[in-house]
Amino acid sequence: MGTIISVEHLRKTYGDIVAVDDVSFEVQEGQIFGLLGPNGAGKTTIVECVQGLKRVDGGVIRVLGMNPATEAGALRRRIGSQLQDSALPDRMRVWEALDLFSSLMAGGHDWRRVMEQWGLADKRDSTFISLSGGQRQRLFVALALVNDPQVVFLDEMTTGLDVAARRVAWDLIRGVQERGKTVVLVTHFMDEAERLCDSVVVVDRGRVIAAGSPQSLIKEHGSGVRITFTVGEADVGWLKDVPHVYKVSRWGNKVEVEGIGPAGALVAAALVKHGMVPDDYTVEQAALEEVFLGLTSRNSEE
Amino acid sequence: MGTVAKMAWVELKLFGREPINAVFTLAFPFITLFVLGGVFGNAPRSHAGGTLLFRGVGPMDYYAPAYIALITASIGLVSMPVHLAGYREHGILRRFRASSISEGALVGSQIGVTFAIVVVSAVLITVAAMLAYDIDMPKAIPQLALAFIISTLAFAIIGAALGLIMPTARAAQGLGLLLFFVMFMLSGAGPPPELLNDPLTIVSHVLPLTYAIRLMQNPWLGFSWDYGATAIVLGFAVVAAAVAFLRLRRD
Repeated sequence: MGTIISVEHLRKTYGDIVAVDDVSFEVQEGQIFGLLGPNGAGKTTIVECVQGLKRVDGGVIRVLGMNPATEAGALRRRIGSQLQDSALPDRMRVWEALDLFSSLMAGGHDWRRVMEQWGLADKRDSTFISLSGGQRQRLFVALALVNDPQVVFLDEMTTGLDVAARRVAWDLIRGVQERGKTVVLVTHFMDEAERLCDSVVVVDRGRVIAAGSPQSLIKEHGSGVRITFTVGEADVGWLKDVPHVYKVSRWGNKVEVEGIGPAGALVAAALVKHGMVPDDYTVEQAALEEVFLGLTSRNSEE
Repeated sequence: MGTVAKMAWVELKLFGREPINAVFTLAFPFITLFVLGGVFGNAPRSHAGGTLLFRGVGPMDYYAPAYIALITASIGLVSMPVHLAGYREHGILRRFRASSISEGALVGSQIGVTFAIVVVSAVLITVAAMLAYDIDMPKAIPQLALAFIISTLAFAIIGAALGLIMPTARAAQGLGLLLFFVMFMLSGAGPPPELLNDPLTIVSHVLPLTYAIRLMQNPWLGFSWDYGATAIVLGFAVVAAAVAFLRLRRD
């Protein structure tokens, strides 16, 4: 496993607006790498620079050992791309798009196999405009893969899809990784990154504000654990004194305890010591979503 | 098949699947040809004041080459700009670029499609005019072929430039239709040019279609080759190519 993409001190401005400021990260081969951040954070600009679709104003980018700015042509033959807000001509048929995109690759990759793999065979003669949102996503993934690339960029792939279609898209993304590709996933959905990514970078206002695996980010920046259970009339105010607990709230019989790290185990032990054994005791780990909200709101307070 | 050839073939099919294209490249010139044929017939005419109309030739002999140039203009001013501007608007241009389909390949394929369509329409309109009005055969076929290539290439490049600078398909359609109808009426494909008043004649002198029509008519009707018109049509092509090139560099 080696480094397949490296970005150092990337900077991109549009007039006076600094869209990307001193962004650095690395993507390892075979990973699903997540580029996260709220809308307008600069994610799309970063991936477009990495693909050589935009000129950079500073920094060094290497993709598969190539410089996207000067070797864009050669590079694009080895990467696959699904772009945000992009489309195909309304009346282009599925097979025509696959045939056209595969012709770009020397040696002519077999698009029929890709069409089968991504479940598009029965849509072969359908026009782009007649496809559903999910079918279009499958077609875009198939087009991104038709030249047998080493790296695949997927930008906001699940935006605008309903819950069921998003889950199907997640399976597609895992399927891409299983075929041995490195995936760069751009998203503002935290649950998506948490489920899929091996490694993520969180970007806000053009800067990297956190990087690591989703689990390490939760551990490092997480607001901790939330414990809920039901008790009778008994007073549980003493739970505040349990180490690592910082908040106890009560609504009728329901108790919610917030704390960090080991609080989950310590609260359970303390309850048992006080003779309480609630049968609905649950501990929730902070999700990446909360980490992300914490990080981006902290950034805006500065 | 190379990418440009494959692209051109797909684009040709896409052109055929868009009904509005058939209206502008087939129906419109045919309807106009037959309406004007019904009005003027094909006997040479002069105005009440004694001025010869239609450059002194039969009206249908005059209009047949003019309509071939008009079809070229309809693609270059309307069909292609609307098509390409829609590609930019809907992210298709970015989509192609990210997959290393270059703009050069796209523009090249569009030029190829333009030639294919205009050749077919030109043959149909010539045959129709011959059958219905017994128009004269072209006098100088090699020169006519050269005139055809120059004017079609020029309008294809103008179409690419308009399509690349227009931000949306609607904007391209608005501007394109305006340019098309002004050129249709004033460049010699509508009323006989001898009947235009002075201001209209001045406007007709800045329109590329005026010169493309002359370029096509001269070898067809047996007049000598018009070098001035050649230079002006090629000049429009060069300016359009420069505009297209600069716009692509800015992306």
